[in-house]
Amino acid sequence: MQEFGYLKETPSQTAGPYVHIGLTPNFCDIGGVYAEDLGSAMVNDRTLGERITVTGHVYDGTGALVRDAVVEIWQADSAGLYNSPSEMRGTADPNFTGWGRCPTSAEDGAYVFETVKPGRVPFKDGSMMAPHISFWIVARGINIGLHTRMYFPEEADANNADPLLSRIEHRERTATMIASRDDTTYTFDIRLQGEQETVFLDI
Amino acid sequence: MSDIPNRKPETGAFFARDRAWHPPAYAPGYKTSVLRSPQRALLSLDGTISEITGPVFGHSIIGELDNDLIHNFARPGESAIGERIIVHGRVLDERRRPVAGALVEFWQANAGGRYRHKKETYLAAIDPNFGGCGRCITDEYGQYSFRTIRPGAYPWPNGVNDWRPAHIHFSIFGHGFAQRLITQMYFEGDPMIWKCPIVGTIPDKAAIEQLIAPLDWGNTIPMDARAYKFDIVLRGRRSTLFENRLEGN
Repeated sequence: MQEFGYLKETPSQTAGPYVHIGLTPNFCDIGGVYAEDLGSAMVNDRTLGERITVTGHVYDGTGALVRDAVVEIWQADSAGLYNSPSEMRGTADPNFTGWGRCPTSAEDGAYVFETVKPGRVPFKDGSMMAPHISFWIVARGINIGLHTRMYFPEEADANNADPLLSRIEHRERTATMIASRDDTTYTFDIRLQGEQETVFLDI
Repeated sequence: MSDIPNRKPETGAFFARDRAWHPPAYAPGYKTSVLRSPQRALLSLDGTISEITGPVFGHSIIGELDNDLIHNFARPGESAIGERIIVHGRVLDERRRPVAGALVEFWQANAGGRYRHKKETYLAAIDPNFGGCGRCITDEYGQYSFRTIRPGAYPWPNGVNDWRPAHIHFSIFGHGFAQRLITQMYFEGDPMIWKCPIVGTIPDKAAIEQLIAPLDWGNTIPMDARAYKFDIVLRGRRSTLFENRLEGN
């Protein structure tokens, strides 16, 4: 019989407490190596779409702040196109990266992204998913990066029809993937463990 | 962000992750994981366009010394202290195909095991000429390389007397957000590897071996630097043969 010859994926390890040295050196006072920390700016003054701020905190199983996490987000532009070579439906806004990286603050534990509200993108069957932002969280004590999504509270109809949210068996848990809103600021807290544990994804 | 030249865009979903090969979230030998591990099952989702796409970085972000940790934080004419090494390898996917244009970032302690970080209090000295971060982007064959100082072992407050083996942290971007990976590289022959609770979060010995870089005598440069080889494997993509027949299969 033929063999596949597949390799195994390199196993994950924790990012550790000093992840900032590698991913955001300027943030931890290692200046002069990179001009700026990668992923610190997603928009410029020509970016199309509705400007929003996405912020939040990461909590552990006791409700304590996780102050040494790094959060990365990935999202479509305001027209629903990804700034990626694998995007075959069109060309995304060249003034929008779609990707951001932010450490949680050592002081108040918050992460903050200045971005735009994403347009809708299709599910595999062609139906449209609700607008969402993909999240990836790493930290000391997290052995493999955690994926989740943030949805928008004003999109109730789209959220109700969303193919991912619809698959959450315990309906009350869908609330953990929906941000709260105050004007143009969305707050999306991530709870790693316990009562209000965020829904994490195997994608 | 930029296109990857001369390559057909890939749009297939990724192979499912073998989560028995990776460390579990809850691994109590590594104490911090106890309160930072989800208790509920992950929600499974075959990759959508939100996961099969991802940021791709152009070579323009890479500075001249980004892959030279011996010099990228050093004062002019000086260099970091320690054993000079080259670390090189390829980024491949599970189907053995090279991943071109992959951003590889890395960070590490200095030769004495001391990190340049304000939260770090180990009594070993800071090296004034060593920052500890670097990055590169793989070429069309998936190859990357950098020069650095071999990091020292490092004590940490887990068990009473736990020490990390010499290690270099790696962060890798493939072409899809679902390929995002952070891991650690260890060095051939280091007896500390088999005592480490973080290494020990990985259940399978063969998976641990995949993180150990062998000494690469062939690529060692005489009177300059020894070399270690560290290949990285990201998730493979399904063939796109059937992706245009969503209704039919």
